[in-house]
Amino acid sequence: MAILKVEIRTGAYYDSVILMQLQRSLAEQPGVIDAGVVMGTDANKDVLAQSEMLVPEAQQANPDDLVIVVKADDEAAAQAALDKVDELVSSRRSSGGDEDYRPHSMETAARMLPDAHWVLVSAPGRYAAGISRQALGLGKHVFLYSDNVSLEDEISLKREAASKGLLVMGPDCGTAIVNGIGLGFANKVRKGPIGLVAASGTGMQQVCVRIHQMGGGLTHALGTGGRDLTEAVNAITARQGLDLMARDPDTKVIVLVSKPPSPKVADELVKAARSAGKPVVVHFIGYATASRRVDNIFFATTFDEAAELAVSLVDSQEDFASEPDISKFAEGQRYLRGLFSGGTLQYEVLLILKSYLPVVYSNAPLDKKNKLEDSLVSVEHTVIDLGEDEFTVGRLHPMMDNDLRIRRLEKEAEDPEVAVILLDVVLGYGAHSDPASELAPAIAAGIKTAKEAGRHLEVIAIVSGTDEDPQDMDGQIKLLVEAGAKIEISNDAAARYVGRLLQAIERSNEPPTEDKMQHVDLETLKKPMAGINVGLEAFAEALIDQESQVVHMDWKPVAGGNEKLAGILERMKGK
Amino acid sequence: MDIEKANAEATDRMMEARPVVVGIGKAIDVVPGMRDNLLMHAGPPITWERASGPMKGAITGALIYEGKAKDMDEAQKLVESGEIELEPCHHHQSVGPMAGVTSANMSVYILENKVHGNMSYSNLNEGYGKVLRYGAYSEEVIERFAWMENVMGPVLGKAIELSGGIDIRAMLAEALHMGDEGHNRNKAGSVLFTKALAPYIVKSTDDADVASEIIKFLGDNALTILNPVMAACKAMVDVAHDIEGSTIVHVMARNGTDFGIRVSGLGDRWFTSPVGIPKGLYFPGFTEADSSGDIGDSTITESAGIGGFAMAAAPAIVTFVSGTPKDAINATLEMYEICYAEHKYFTIPPLDFRGTPTGIDLRKVVELGITPRVNTGVAHKDPGVGQVGAGLVRPELSMFEEALEAFAEKYGY
Repeated sequence: MAILKVEIRTGAYYDSVILMQLQRSLAEQPGVIDAGVVMGTDANKDVLAQSEMLVPEAQQANPDDLVIVVKADDEAAAQAALDKVDELVSSRRSSGGDEDYRPHSMETAARMLPDAHWVLVSAPGRYAAGISRQALGLGKHVFLYSDNVSLEDEISLKREAASKGLLVMGPDCGTAIVNGIGLGFANKVRKGPIGLVAASGTGMQQVCVRIHQMGGGLTHALGTGGRDLTEAVNAITARQGLDLMARDPDTKVIVLVSKPPSPKVADELVKAARSAGKPVVVHFIGYATASRRVDNIFFATTFDEAAELAVSLVDSQEDFASEPDISKFAEGQRYLRGLFSGGTLQYEVLLILKSYLPVVYSNAPLDKKNKLEDSLVSVEHTVIDLGEDEFTVGRLHPMMDNDLRIRRLEKEAEDPEVAVILLDVVLGYGAHSDPASELAPAIAAGIKTAKEAGRHLEVIAIVSGTDEDPQDMDGQIKLLVEAGAKIEISNDAAARYVGRLLQAIERSNEPPTEDKMQHVDLETLKKPMAGINVGLEAFAEALIDQESQVVHMDWKPVAGGNEKLAGILERMKGK
Repeated sequence: MDIEKANAEATDRMMEARPVVVGIGKAIDVVPGMRDNLLMHAGPPITWERASGPMKGAITGALIYEGKAKDMDEAQKLVESGEIELEPCHHHQSVGPMAGVTSANMSVYILENKVHGNMSYSNLNEGYGKVLRYGAYSEEVIERFAWMENVMGPVLGKAIELSGGIDIRAMLAEALHMGDEGHNRNKAGSVLFTKALAPYIVKSTDDADVASEIIKFLGDNALTILNPVMAACKAMVDVAHDIEGSTIVHVMARNGTDFGIRVSGLGDRWFTSPVGIPKGLYFPGFTEADSSGDIGDSTITESAGIGGFAMAAAPAIVTFVSGTPKDAINATLEMYEICYAEHKYFTIPPLDFRGTPTGIDLRKVVELGITPRVNTGVAHKDPGVGQVGAGLVRPELSMFEEALEAFAEKYGY
């Protein structure tokens, strides 16, 4: 036999829906069969009467009274339920449902978080390109975690992004760090002056953590996706990243990392890195290089070494930024003529220049196909060893007899295509007792010849000697300098200087490439991270944990994946 | 053809419409196409056979009131024989809450859109409890109805005329700032409406008791303004009807069996899906099992940019869906995603006075798979019982998809 218990509260106003809610909660209490919670109006009394809960006390209630009636199995259950009323009313105020709105469309997400410069895409691959395109349309950078994005889509997305000054990191980009904030699976790495561009997710992470462990830190670590350095994609994102890091005043050292790249694309990227104006550590897995270093490029063979080099280069005092001055040269001046007395010095120069110039001819070349047909006639870039037997037959070695070099120097100086003459001056016992006295006038004459023809001839003399040598090194240098030569005492430094100079000339002669790339606005990377997340919720949570702003979208495929309807919607957008 | 332009035009017209209640008249005298043997009803077209319990109850009640039938059996015979015809209110510039059944001799509010000149109509609200609009037709229901018709109607009509007309758009804009959303919560609006008319009601009758009774009836009923509001919304959406190339869903209505929509650029065609059962809170003694399918023309409020779409303005009623005030905000934010415009005149204080989401865009509904949120009262499934709760319902997506395909076919997409 069910019992009814009532409680009347005077002067307690609640909106009717609060009361209905309370009533439902009461009805759910153990042992309770039904409950009525109403204000004591006549209409409400009728309602109570209908469900046989209109007890006499309720009948007496005024419209301003709150009437709570409980129908329960027994007295105790009814009382227990009534005792819970206050708790149930107040619990309503704190319970759940306090989530921020999750937008369904990217337009709404962008409106909710106008500062968002990034869209993180981890939706299924077949939708990822469409979502990324939307993001680019709204002017956002894309962190594209999704895989199974077609190569065609990757190329078209990256081209579109580049033309808009936006980045598409990915597809299949697992990790990135932008201004200290990790996207995707990123490690917590301290901020610092090293910038990383990587076409390898775990490779990037490894370099990042090693840099951190070695006490270094990062400005940004940009992922490109594993296919970026293929010929098809042509390193669009890596080039953008490199350009960005080069322009970023906070980035002192750049690190480029890639899975085995296309050699052609890798060459081009390294070439582009040459003009970064700051040290660039390159670790392309399986990429063969002639030397460990070319100017500002430092080649590493392991992630660890890449990290180590980067950290050590941060404090380098070397000037990587200065560009050789090529303005003095006349049009058409573009070649090097190297006139060496020392065979091994010449050989090292050829080796070093390999990293700068496509072909250097010689009577003693590294590669037989670059051998001069006639050792007396220079072709394009030529570096000859005048100590070879063909020249020394019937005369003294050029270290003792300058005659041959002087005549050759005269001849080269007359060539309107010659920009640089490089020669060695070897001092010491047994060598010519005063080589400068003969070479300096010849150098001066050569420079004069060129000048009279409206050209500038750059003559570089590598003086190899010590201050205790019998020739008086300082005196020799003085004579050469007065003649107009530039002096280097290191063969390596001289070769590199010449290489950079000629490369600069070569670049200036290249027809301007149609550059569809728009610079990525550095400021968008420096602003506090704010992103729109589509896909894995964990990525949004990670941003929140890093105190960044994020809007997580409640994303579904267009028209629920119905291709016919999606097609109609697409066509409607077009017209 | 430019969809954007067409939608801008449709929503602009909808928002610029300024419907004013100008009087009360008998349906037969004022409603276009009304005739003696016609019953108007809520939602898309319906037959007796397919009609829900509350719809059958309301038809019966109306025929009893008109003196044409004594009970449901007689009502059924009249309708099935074709002697009595059923047509949607929407086909007659009218709307009605719940069953919406309106007969020739019932009184209706007359509204005039002062901007575009079109008229609209809706019946009078009977209050809570057992009422005809929920399919109740007991003696007391018919009696109250008779009082409304014979005593209140003429006085109220005169009072409205004396007042010079009640601007519903302005009143709604004010009510949205007082916790109403214009569909399930009309407490503030009803009080504003009563307050505006009270001085003229007193002047419209010599009988102080009658004046007092009318003012009390209007003031006690938190749904008093619902019917004028619905008619106002009807006047608004009607000027957005039939705009070439527009994808705006400007009409949503339910008859208890079918949920129907109309698309501006697709003319008079209805697209329908079976109605759902509202989720919400129930009066003591009732559960979802007692609920009729979703019913009523009151979704005209959502169609015009208020009601469920303006939920953020009415946090007091979020508990209908066991939510928090934040849920109310989120409900409105969600509707922005499927609407073409934001209302120029209806604004929401907690959203920094952002305009309500206005003009459901068929494209966005289908693209995002989000159907409109509709706040609604819940009728008992059996005739004669009345309202048993209130809550939230969403129409099925399929009719929107069907409409999109029809749009593509018509316009060659």
